[in-house]
Amino acid sequence: MKSFDYVRPATVREAVAAAAQRDAAYLAAGTNLLDLMKAGVTQPNRLVDITHLPDLDQIEDLSDGSVRIGALVRNADLAHDRNFARRFPAVAEALLSGASAQLRNAATVGGNLVQRTRCAYFYDVASACNKRNPGSGCDARGGDNRLHAILGWSESCIATHPSDFCIPLVALDAVVEVEGRAARREIPLEMFHRLPGDTPDHENMLAPGEMIVAVRLPAEAAGFAAHARYLKVRERTSYAFAVVSATAALRVEADVIADARLALGGVAMKPWRAREAEQMLIGACADSSLFRRAAETALAEAKPSGDNAYKIELARRVVVRALALAAAGTPERMPALPGSPFAAVSGVVTHG
Amino acid sequence: MGFSTTLTVNGVKRTIELDDPRVTLLDLLRERLDLTGTKKGCDRGQCGACTVIVDGRRINSCLALAISHDGADVLTIEGVAQGARLHPVQEAFIAHDGLQCGFCTPGQIMSAIGLIHEGQAGDDPERVREGMSGNLCRCGAYQGITEAVLKAQKALDAASRREVA
Repeated sequence: MKSFDYVRPATVREAVAAAAQRDAAYLAAGTNLLDLMKAGVTQPNRLVDITHLPDLDQIEDLSDGSVRIGALVRNADLAHDRNFARRFPAVAEALLSGASAQLRNAATVGGNLVQRTRCAYFYDVASACNKRNPGSGCDARGGDNRLHAILGWSESCIATHPSDFCIPLVALDAVVEVEGRAARREIPLEMFHRLPGDTPDHENMLAPGEMIVAVRLPAEAAGFAAHARYLKVRERTSYAFAVVSATAALRVEADVIADARLALGGVAMKPWRAREAEQMLIGACADSSLFRRAAETALAEAKPSGDNAYKIELARRVVVRALALAAAGTPERMPALPGSPFAAVSGVVTHG
Repeated sequence: MGFSTTLTVNGVKRTIELDDPRVTLLDLLRERLDLTGTKKGCDRGQCGACTVIVDGRRINSCLALAISHDGADVLTIEGVAQGARLHPVQEAFIAHDGLQCGFCTPGQIMSAIGLIHEGQAGDDPERVREGMSGNLCRCGAYQGITEAVLKAQKALDAASRREVA
């Protein structure tokens, strides 16, 4: 690991000032950052340790009905907060489907949003990677790319964003609160991550030195609590990143879908909101042929980026299954295997 | 430039002068405090051999910078027995053959103590397996590990009921 200068600011203002210099990085839990630094993928000159800052670890109910989650709230604390999990069960399920218990105890909300892709060529400093070393090429093209992107990829980069947490957040219109040297500003999470285009090294809308201070979910997001699920297909039952995942959230009134949210993970370099498919669902009655048509719409633009054409049909089936699970209703208790397709057969939910 | 870090390790307050901020909590425990019970497996947060309990929560000590945990309370495998009396989780691992070579065992035991403290798994083997998925065992002693965790949980529940009564 390359040597760095360590600073521990006492306030957010001090942190932002300390991170203004080139090649500075914020340190929260470090569960991804230290791994990247050990591999030499990221080589910051300065770490600004924000873990001792006060007040960023709160989950607050605001007067307008929205919920504000501080950037330093730990994944496990958010997922197990009863009030939060009751109102946003798909968010809790996504969090608990990710990583391991040890990592969830450490990893933070803010860190999750800016974690890096797990593309093996990005991690291997001997490989060409336009994200790590702009202009060097992409060894994932023509390489081992079964797990790579099927939507929104470019010739420069076919990596995917690895977050589970971000998928229901995008579906539920979460907003990111960001503090910079000038002022605090807000970015809708759907706009926060960037597709690779010709500049895959620019992954999000943060300006240099800007710091995530909170993520907010609007009041309407809790309206989906009775029919909200996260489904995640992995190559092993637990402790693996998504091959494909989806959040489906429905508001059902008198057997009619009054509102619908759908977002996919593991398919692109950003959480993929399927707005057209959502529109098809609204006003209709829940049934499997409708779900299949919505899935086809959601994947209409999908293209294989390598040996991953199978992911397109897999993604359609994950969407159908997630919608069926959501329509059947949120289980009263978190499933033993959160987000797992093994937890239920053919969209039939075992409650309790 | 030196960095002074204070940690309470297994109940004892220690102040350590670090000459470099790169030292992980794992390396500090093993190399500076000679607490080699905590194992270095992958050193990348994938195997769980380095699991310790920090401020009551199990974490991977290989992905934690020691300096960032200034002021923390750390419990390692060396601190769980009371003198010659093993911790109920240690006893259960022996009784149920929850190990073969033993390299992952300190991490498994610390993870199991954390899992039981979190109180999410209950007596459901599926929830125990899911909750222990961050600890790999290359000998494949998973069946014994799951049985040991369930047994230890029962023993600790009974002990806490006795305490209340």
